[in-house]
Amino acid sequence: MSGVVVLGAGQAGLQVAASLRELGYEGDVTLVGDEPFAPYQRPPLSKAYLAGTAPEAMLFMQEPAYFEQHRIAFKAGDAAIAVDRELRQVDLASGAYLIYDHLVFATGTRNRVLPCVEGGMTGVLSLRTLDDARLLAAGIGSAQGIVVVGAGFLGLEAATIATNAGRSVRVIEAGPRALGRVVTEPVSAVVRRAHEARGVRFDFSEAVVAIHGIDGIVSAVELQSGERIPADLVLVSIGVIPNSELAAAAGLAVHNGIVVNQNLLTEDILISAIGDCAAFPFASEKGRMVRLESVQNAVDQARCVAERITGNAHDYDQVPLFWSDQAGLRLQIAGLTNGGETAIVRGDPTSEAFSVFCYRGDRLVAVESVSRLPDHMQARKLLRAECSPTHEQAADPGFDLKSLVVTAVAA
Amino acid sequence: MLRVRVNQDLCVGAGLCVVSSGEVFDQRDEDGVVVLLQELPPTRLYDAVRGASRKCPSLAIVVEEVEDDEVGAPTV
Repeated sequence: MSGVVVLGAGQAGLQVAASLRELGYEGDVTLVGDEPFAPYQRPPLSKAYLAGTAPEAMLFMQEPAYFEQHRIAFKAGDAAIAVDRELRQVDLASGAYLIYDHLVFATGTRNRVLPCVEGGMTGVLSLRTLDDARLLAAGIGSAQGIVVVGAGFLGLEAATIATNAGRSVRVIEAGPRALGRVVTEPVSAVVRRAHEARGVRFDFSEAVVAIHGIDGIVSAVELQSGERIPADLVLVSIGVIPNSELAAAAGLAVHNGIVVNQNLLTEDILISAIGDCAAFPFASEKGRMVRLESVQNAVDQARCVAERITGNAHDYDQVPLFWSDQAGLRLQIAGLTNGGETAIVRGDPTSEAFSVFCYRGDRLVAVESVSRLPDHMQARKLLRAECSPTHEQAADPGFDLKSLVVTAVAA
Repeated sequence: MLRVRVNQDLCVGAGLCVVSSGEVFDQRDEDGVVVLLQELPPTRLYDAVRGASRKCPSLAIVVEEVEDDEVGAPTV
């Protein structure tokens, strides 16, 4: 058996297999996932599924019969343990092996753990998998005091669900503000206010130094300040580590992810990497390597690789998109900042509906929208067309961005 | 038969549904929010519609089996 072997059955892995079949690929397609489940969506795990408003069945991205119907050999609950590039062979934990014509790493990421709780403790949770989400949902249902460590997208989405359920939530963040690594200050501020209005209490520039338990069950979180916060549920959401060890062991370059070129190929032309585990050259910014964690990135990179395998190679150059549900606010981001941008606010930043246009000089590089879907859609089009409104146009909510998009597309 | 419903408040404009089935879903030009073109799609589109529902990242598309007499004649 040969053909395409895909390691990782998340959003990216499933999409590359599905796209290969949609594009008429005739060879074998094998999809290997280390979880016992069929491919499922992760975004709802910290949103509707965690809230209990979406049943588990809604998470699965394909009907059980799909794989057989499309001749995709799906191996659940198995993991690759070695890749031999000479033999073009992948060894699996089950003892089986696969031979590939092309290998795709879609191995995703895993959550970072707090150094002080590496042994694990009942009530100290993390959120990545469906099993994690089941535990967390049950925990939120019964918890008295919840501490979230890390004020990123994931931790604050979980805080949203927990406060909706009437729970008391403290958020401990090492940095100075909410979502500090991913959004500009005006957006960070409105997100913080929205959470605080629901009773969330933040501690910024603060660190967790110990987690205390009684008989292996968490009882308190100790901060650097010396404060001990009683807690019976602690969610650790302090970022991720790309699953790139297997690629590194196979001799491939790894630097914050599996390094690929503009075609999403590693230095071995028979091996690609896509989605959360891949570090790729960002087309809009010469010389910058990025690794992105989003549905859009996973899906579009999967399609790009499937197109290359079926004879239509092209550079990956999609505009990055992100979204998050935060304390009743719908946050959407198009493009990518790197911290040094000029932020132009469109609309009233003290309201709960405005956008921030991020510029490097005169060039628009990203737009963050808070409950402003129309701005977000126009931003996508502007960024795709590499069309930058002037700072004045961006700042004027009366200026019709769409007219600019129409002109840019026509030009 | 299958009936499709969309929740425009949940939609984040990802557009995956339009890729799955452009005959059933579209996006509003001004904000990208999903627009349902056919509430009762023909049988040949059932797989694509189910796929769109399952892949929607904001779970904004609900597909349900309904009895023929609940909805009258299908639009094919």
